[in-house]
Amino acid sequence: MKVAVIKIVTSSIIKHIAQLANLDLSDEELKSMSPQFSSILNLVSKIKKLDTTNVSETSQVTGQENVFREDEVDSKRILTQEEALSNAKNKHNGYFVVDAIFEE
Amino acid sequence: MLADKSISEIARAFRDKEFSSEDLVKECLANIEKYNPQINAFITKIDKDIVLSEARQKDRQGFAGKSLLFGIPYVLKDSYVTRGIMTTAASNVLKNYLPQYDATVYCKLKETGAILLGKMNMDAWGHGGSSENTDFSPVHNPWDLTRVAGGSSGGPAAAIAARMCLFAIGEDTGGSIRNPAAWCNITGLKVSYGRVSRYGCIAYASSFDTVGPMAKSAEDCAIILETIAGHDMYDGTSSKNEVPRYSQKLATPIKNVTVGMPEEFFQKGLDREIKKAIETAVEKLQKLGVKSKVISLPMIEYGIPVYYLIGPSETSSNLARYDGIRYGETRSNFTGETMRRIMIGTYALSAGYYDAYYKKAQKARTLFIREYEKALNECDVILMPVNPTPPTKIGELINDPVQNLLADIYTVSQNPVGVPSLAIPCGFTKSGLPIGMQLVGKMFAEEKLLQVGYAYQQMNSWHNQKPKLTP
Repeated sequence: MKVAVIKIVTSSIIKHIAQLANLDLSDEELKSMSPQFSSILNLVSKIKKLDTTNVSETSQVTGQENVFREDEVDSKRILTQEEALSNAKNKHNGYFVVDAIFEE
Repeated sequence: MLADKSISEIARAFRDKEFSSEDLVKECLANIEKYNPQINAFITKIDKDIVLSEARQKDRQGFAGKSLLFGIPYVLKDSYVTRGIMTTAASNVLKNYLPQYDATVYCKLKETGAILLGKMNMDAWGHGGSSENTDFSPVHNPWDLTRVAGGSSGGPAAAIAARMCLFAIGEDTGGSIRNPAAWCNITGLKVSYGRVSRYGCIAYASSFDTVGPMAKSAEDCAIILETIAGHDMYDGTSSKNEVPRYSQKLATPIKNVTVGMPEEFFQKGLDREIKKAIETAVEKLQKLGVKSKVISLPMIEYGIPVYYLIGPSETSSNLARYDGIRYGETRSNFTGETMRRIMIGTYALSAGYYDAYYKKAQKARTLFIREYEKALNECDVILMPVNPTPPTKIGELINDPVQNLLADIYTVSQNPVGVPSLAIPCGFTKSGLPIGMQLVGKMFAEEKLLQVGYAYQQMNSWHNQKPKLTP
């Protein structure tokens, strides 16, 4: 078997992916991520050699389709407002505090 | 030691008042105190007074007409949410998380009267095969403290081996029950996808994740599985298939069962002592009338790519919820290994790469399903190794991201297919390290796997061996 050519993923791609993944990587983390990312990508890229012509995708193996339930409120599963907020660090008047999306 | 006994022996002893649940719980607590400082199997220990009072309460209630698990101490991998009990998934992201609800598997065990002793160490989010990718320090293998316990359910496996509990609930996405079971000399069952509810199980890769039992023997696993399996309206992927009484049919003769040995799994890369131990195990099975034949699973070489494309893709999506707003700490608390998996998954799902990686892997998954179907039409059970090597030294895998992925080679291809697999002990290396093998069956063929495992364990005592630990 031929040794696949190692592709190096550029740091601009790594930066873009980190942004998509909502990971705030430091310059140092970005630097160490690059070779590791490339070697793993190289390992999984082997899949490109597999012939999958006319093969459909599988996304789940439950053997089930369209699992529905009645559109009814299940009060056993409802958290009180206090419970729902119990793990939040930042709250105000019974609400979660989140960063503003729009600027003034 | 009381904790050396099987669950059914203990249930009988409880009924005959030979010893009490309190006696057994006290013994487990003593073992935790003596051995956990060296092994580091626990992340959270339930308060002693609470578990002892629970045990005394069970003793007072009496055991007549109760489940075999009534009054039996057990542990949960720390990936199951437990109301009011800290749940971390071994990540600093959840280091202060107190869940507001219970996982279904925990509810079922609570109802049956089993006693929870603690929440166990693991690879964070299930990301790893050595229980080193944890923010709570690695788990040490009870058979050699300088080595890893395997993972990701390393804490549960080590605790059973060290007799800190009678059984555990693990979680298997790509080998996370079977790998530590084999490396710690215990028995672990990866169930068919959907056999046990995943509700309240912190998700790694949702289409691969399975909830299953870990214990000393196939018999114990059968008793646990019949308690935790079944449909759950809170998990839309859980199966409505009837749950067999696994423990009632364990002694069914296994003569005429055909065991297939995939040739690709016994070639280069497999440790010679592991290969020898499995071949010896097959000879033992043949004495029970089992037929063995060589089969072929040529797609094995694509197992790692399929697993490490779909798994990270799903985990990048599942872990997107950890933003530190409703609960937990910020995303900067993920470990390097977890960040890499999120990054690989995000890449595979991103515009321009989706077809080449994610979609391609989903197609390969279809081919894997066909390949296992074909193989399992030629034989009843596929027998193969669990790990390519004996347990590695602490630090060896975690410092080499690619080696870390390759260590899962024999266990990652079953999860994309969904089929069940039972890992059982089958010997030791010359240096005294445990060796395990796995029996893979058709979807929902747990009963058959447990019967073969039970028959094997009736004529071998590997699973009864325990590590020599000194406080």
